[in-house]
Amino acid sequence: MATTVIDTTPPVLKPYTPSPAPATVVKEKSTFWSWIGTTDHKKIGKLYLFTALTFFFIGGLEAEIIRAQLGAPNRHLVSAEVYNQIFTMHGTTMIFLAVMPLSAVFFNFLIPLQVGARDVAFPRLNAFSYWVYLFGGIFITLPILFGHAPNGGWFGYAPLSTKQFSPGLNMDFYVVGLQILGVSSLAAAFNFITTIVNLRAPGMSLMRMPVFTWMSFVTQVLIALAFPVITIALFFLMMDRFFGTQFYEVGAGGDPLLWQHLFWIFGHPEVYILVLPAFGLVSEILPTFSKKPLFGYPVMVYSGILIGFLGFGVWAHHMFAVGMGPIADSVFGVTTMLIAIPTGVKIFNWLGTLAQGQIRFTTACMFAIGFVALFTIGGISGVMHSSPPADLQQTDSYFIVAHFHYVLFGGSIMAIFGGIYYYFPKMFGRFMSEGIGKVHFWLTFIGMNLTFFPMHFSGMLGMPRRIYTYDAGQGWDAFNATSTWGAYLLAVAMLLFAYNLFRSLRRGAPAGPNPWGAGTLEWTIPSPPPAYNFATLATVTSRYPLWEGKEADIESARINQQSGRTAEQLGIVIPYDTIKPMLAALFMVVMLGGLMLNHWILVGGAVAMAISLYAWLTSPLEPEHH
Amino acid sequence: MSAPTVSHHYTTTGLDNRKIAIWAFIGSECMLFVSLISTYLIYKGRSRVGPFPHEAWTDPGTGHVYKAILNIPVTSASTFVLLMSSLAMVLALAAVENKGKPQRTLGERILGNSKLWLFMTALLGATFLGFQAFEFTSFVHEGLTIKTNLFGSTFFTLTGFHGAHVTAGVIWLVSMLMIDFKRGLGPEDALSVDIMALYWHFVDVVWIAIFTLVYLIR
Repeated sequence: MATTVIDTTPPVLKPYTPSPAPATVVKEKSTFWSWIGTTDHKKIGKLYLFTALTFFFIGGLEAEIIRAQLGAPNRHLVSAEVYNQIFTMHGTTMIFLAVMPLSAVFFNFLIPLQVGARDVAFPRLNAFSYWVYLFGGIFITLPILFGHAPNGGWFGYAPLSTKQFSPGLNMDFYVVGLQILGVSSLAAAFNFITTIVNLRAPGMSLMRMPVFTWMSFVTQVLIALAFPVITIALFFLMMDRFFGTQFYEVGAGGDPLLWQHLFWIFGHPEVYILVLPAFGLVSEILPTFSKKPLFGYPVMVYSGILIGFLGFGVWAHHMFAVGMGPIADSVFGVTTMLIAIPTGVKIFNWLGTLAQGQIRFTTACMFAIGFVALFTIGGISGVMHSSPPADLQQTDSYFIVAHFHYVLFGGSIMAIFGGIYYYFPKMFGRFMSEGIGKVHFWLTFIGMNLTFFPMHFSGMLGMPRRIYTYDAGQGWDAFNATSTWGAYLLAVAMLLFAYNLFRSLRRGAPAGPNPWGAGTLEWTIPSPPPAYNFATLATVTSRYPLWEGKEADIESARINQQSGRTAEQLGIVIPYDTIKPMLAALFMVVMLGGLMLNHWILVGGAVAMAISLYAWLTSPLEPEHH
Repeated sequence: MSAPTVSHHYTTTGLDNRKIAIWAFIGSECMLFVSLISTYLIYKGRSRVGPFPHEAWTDPGTGHVYKAILNIPVTSASTFVLLMSSLAMVLALAAVENKGKPQRTLGERILGNSKLWLFMTALLGATFLGFQAFEFTSFVHEGLTIKTNLFGSTFFTLTGFHGAHVTAGVIWLVSMLMIDFKRGLGPEDALSVDIMALYWHFVDVVWIAIFTLVYLIR
């Protein structure tokens, strides 16, 4: 075999003990084309990270404009028309372009590492998903610069969003843009479902899978089953807007609730699509920093599955105010209350994990604990409006805004920050600054509560959502001023995070293979991992192989951590770099854009996409095996 | 140095990745058609103006009488054609799987001809599409377009979506047929044909649901 320098210093593999920091960090090859053409799940994960954070900052800027406008009564920083576009794009951006793709960072980077695979099942399809997301994101974001951004709310209620009531290109961009992003999510879902079902390492039975991978699996199934429904709802709307059909035409006998039902059959599972990956991340972080296996692993898994299952049966609680009648209201009220049970079980299991643990308050751990606290508040206000009479008081008020920001910001975003601090050393071989990180945590935690807690009160005092300004003397002024100052504090926190991220990419302290003393497979390999991930793998015999101290695990981790060997030296086949998926994604977006702009662009895009797909499907994935 | 224990082609279930993915895809497609069919059923009987699917309608303005628009005998024929295409698909897969086995009788030679059965499947699929094109144009001539009423919007969108799936399947079949002519399909290609067949049968099963719910049940 190849003669290479093999690092013979034995890695530290005592349970719970962080590996020592190396003197230097392995420099990865990084050229423009190596990123454009990559099919490596780790690089695609990093592309998702930087793209999604960019969109997160754009969505954050929109939020700051909203808060600046509402900071005091009768402010006219932006006009009502512009305000409509900004709140619509804030919601759309944060949900589809920030939180979902930030979860996708971890799906991409982590799932193959956690199940012990070389890559995802379809590496080129994975690249395709990313490029569709990027081009679709640009497609739906750019129009705001020209005043044509979607302006009908992120859930685009028809008939309001039909051509008659929403003329202009604004909602066309919404309809086509979301359709494009749906393609990205669906392609990724089939890819990850296959990866998790079929590429688990020998011995990695379902009940040995890390909880993050489990929650990701539930998420991908939800995506696969929920996105087709919004695809159809959007398709109807597109037909209505472009081709004069009557799906949402009330005058022709159309049902004004059709869109709401279809949208929320998608939209409620979407809520769990946003938060289940966060549950998974917290379930990885808390055991490591408590030095204890996750409390009640099987119950955690089953309650995750149950949440996914029940998530399809609660959609109409978004519609209590439309008058569905007492039976429908009661049924959906009860199912909504039921879903609080598995969620509550999870909260107690996280507390059980922390209980009597030797807790290390790292930044990641603080974000995870912050998640548990804030998500619980959001969950409780959620149970409050599962009761239809209570909901009638709260619906469409700032109380709802407070609720879903506690679950989405206090929940998903806090957990994602925790995940970034936790996995940054694995991704880049360097630590993020813990000092700046802790300041970032406290500013975020305080800023988040300062922004969103007063909204409970302004909402109960009757302040409706989506108003661009309001009169003084309704008792809302102080609450709104507080929210706005909180939002400014959050802006400072996010800038600090951005500084920490870019600083740490270059100057962070080098991190070893297992910098936190964690127990799962992704920590048995070098940081950053080599292109092939695992040089070898012992048969998996437990949930936390690195904590069991078994000879075989130690030996395979030792082989994996010997640095400096390339895939060729190990005889491992790596897929070619290719730009064909990127071209197919680009031309697909051109084609769908042509649908609303010009039919020649549509035809040209379709032909170019067909050619790229043909070239993609007829070229081999990787060099011939020998 | 120990050899990699995770071999390149190892899978947990022993099945090919593509097989798992196509099942996930079909599961997802079910929700697509469930949404379309549900919308059709919810809007059934809610159109304000005709033509209607199962009963005649007199235009109060012009006095023109529109007869019930669905032509069930013709669609029964096209349904039969599509069902037969599934049979041809099964035979095509069997022929690819058994390629290389001795073929003694004429019957065995016919059954073992994968090109014939792939061609037959594609031809029957294309015939079904021809029936659909005929149906759509005759509806338009009789005064039902996608803009006329709720029935027109839901009917054309639902059956059009299905037709688009059949079209994709025919393109897939023709590509496979071209590969067969170029280098000959053998047992090593059985999986690719199997996956295509799964898709084809799925599209066929969806049509059975559409035919029953849209055409047969009044």
